[in-house]
Amino acid sequence: MAEPMRIRATMAGDVADIKVLMNHPMETGQRKDAKTGQLVPAHFIQDVTATINGVAVLSANLGSGVSKNPYLGFKVKGPKVGDKVVVNWTDNKGDKNTAETAIA
Amino acid sequence: MNALRRNVLKGAAGASTVAIAIAAGLLKPTQAMAAWNAPAFDAKNVGDAMKGLGVSAPADSKDILIKAPDIAENGAVVPVEVTSKIAGTTSIAILAEKNGTPLVGDFTLSGGSQGFISTRIKMGQTSLVRAVVKAGGKSYTAAKEVKVTIGGCGG
Repeated sequence: MAEPMRIRATMAGDVADIKVLMNHPMETGQRKDAKTGQLVPAHFIQDVTATINGVAVLSANLGSGVSKNPYLGFKVKGPKVGDKVVVNWTDNKGDKNTAETAIA
Repeated sequence: MNALRRNVLKGAAGASTVAIAIAAGLLKPTQAMAAWNAPAFDAKNVGDAMKGLGVSAPADSKDILIKAPDIAENGAVVPVEVTSKIAGTTSIAILAEKNGTPLVGDFTLSGGSQGFISTRIKMGQTSLVRAVVKAGGKSYTAAKEVKVTIGGCGG
């Protein structure tokens, strides 16, 4: 799962609007494979963290109830244009991915 | 002879202690990964999920706004936006009450983050979407019903 993550951060007044789109199947572990009739094992992002210039702004625990290719939007007051936003996720199999962008 | 017997018993006890320690050691990595709140996410009903979050009897609040469609045609992707106007909001949890495991996400905010989370969730059937907000050591909640015409859990 090294597919890229999309991330966008824009300033609106003094609030940064950050939007992240992660690529992930988000299997619940309850769905059956149509061909084999076997349950598809759970595979979903459990942990998402975000920092701005190294300061933690968001730490999220996700369950399998989040839609496939999770979208996450949040707002942070105080950063400036050019500040570095870094988003990391970890899934239940230990896969990780990270993305970063500068606030525009 | 007695002394030998003692030693053997001691040895046996010692060995089993080591075995237990190893078993505990083996279990540890999975537990360490569970900064992820497994009890809350595995909970099969809203009450247990809230217990897992450390929330009991949250107060209803009109300062929590949930933006979600009244009718979701596709339960696999239901956009949900939660805005908390409560000062000092530190976390927002989103639950779909009738999902097999109701807790969808628990978002902890820090470092200037506003009381706002936008995401997309799966819903198995028509149900209340509930937001639980923690602020200043207290918890608040609000809910909005979303009608689902095609469930998003299962195939």
